[in-house]
Amino acid sequence: MKVQEIQDCIAGEAKAQGDPAAEIQNAYTSDLLSDVMGNAPANSVLITVQGHKNTVAVANLVGMPAIILCNGRSVPQDMQESAEQEGIALYTTKFDQFTASYKIAQALGKI
Amino acid sequence: MQSIPINTYDSPTAVLELIYKLKVKDVMTKDIHTSKPEATMGQIRTILKDNSITGLPVIENNQILGIVSMEDVLQAIDKGGSNAPVGQYMSKKLIVLEEDMPIFFAISYFGRYSYRRFPVINRANELVGIVTSRDITTKLLVEANHEIERLEKESEAPQDVYTGQVERWFKVQRYDFENAGFASTEIKKILKGRSINSQTARRIAITAYELEMNLVVHSNGGSIHFLMDDSRVLVQADDTGPGIENVEAALTEGYTTATEWIRSLGFGAGMGLPNVQRVSDEFSLTSEPSRGTHAKSIILLPHPEQKQTY
Repeated sequence: MKVQEIQDCIAGEAKAQGDPAAEIQNAYTSDLLSDVMGNAPANSVLITVQGHKNTVAVANLVGMPAIILCNGRSVPQDMQESAEQEGIALYTTKFDQFTASYKIAQALGKI
Repeated sequence: MQSIPINTYDSPTAVLELIYKLKVKDVMTKDIHTSKPEATMGQIRTILKDNSITGLPVIENNQILGIVSMEDVLQAIDKGGSNAPVGQYMSKKLIVLEEDMPIFFAISYFGRYSYRRFPVINRANELVGIVTSRDITTKLLVEANHEIERLEKESEAPQDVYTGQVERWFKVQRYDFENAGFASTEIKKILKGRSINSQTARRIAITAYELEMNLVVHSNGGSIHFLMDDSRVLVQADDTGPGIENVEAALTEGYTTATEWIRSLGFGAGMGLPNVQRVSDEFSLTSEPSRGTHAKSIILLPHPEQKQTY
């Protein structure tokens, strides 16, 4: 799927556009940034509740083009700015991580 | 936090390093005139005039009692007190600096108080010098000059973008989550510029990020040293404390000493150092409690032939 398809898939709100045409091949669900750093596959979308600037830094370093922030968590200003600057798409959703994960899994054709 | 008249947030590191590195004793005047408390104000006037200075400390047994300035002399003369002892007119409200303080303190003191000079004492409370803002300016100019000379030489040295060595130093502050990730992001940019293959670049990014976060979360502050040549990348994190109690445990996945607050931010799960160790080709960790910790990771770069087939 493409980054731009994420928003509809999770009934999300876009906070940063990123690269709408970037290809998403996988997803990783975690709130532990070291775990994301060590284990998340490249070109995947990060599903998390960790709403701060460092999440963007990790996504950027690992090569994740998009972040989904779950449970209706709000996006701090500096996180949004950082996402825009690094060209990483950032969405918020009311869904929890489990729901967001299976919605994305369906869209990726994994289930 | 004391305020000083330069922006400490994004000033060039070279300047900041200077004002932290230079100590008051490096800039102060050591050969100073002093007076005994029983000297008269008239005698003081002569000393000040003959030596073109504007004030001097009053001492007894190497201990500083006060400071007498040209203003005090003028006041004494106004009141007809030329023969009065210094002890009567000197200023006893003293603000002193210690010789081992960074000049950062001295600069902030000049901003905070209207005094034009501060006596400097050593650990035994003995007077060892005087520092004026002029002393600081002069020394800073000299040092800044050296530094610029060094930087100019460095930038003249040819730095091929595709081959040769790249070296960077990054300062990392304790609990500075605001700038956390800066060093690793910069390092990633350098790797991109070199078109290192993405697998290797990712391992280096992991190492850099985890070591950087360790400095933010656990150390009293430290530095990341990045050094890359054609065959390998070194990422080294050094701090000055507090040190790791149990190095072996620190390398065990899941072991953590992080606080609840740190963990709520998604860090401190005890995966950092094991992550680094896993992705490094060579890894070493040395630490002494209450001293510093030194973590060193080396990642080998694929040979050029391999790069082409990638």
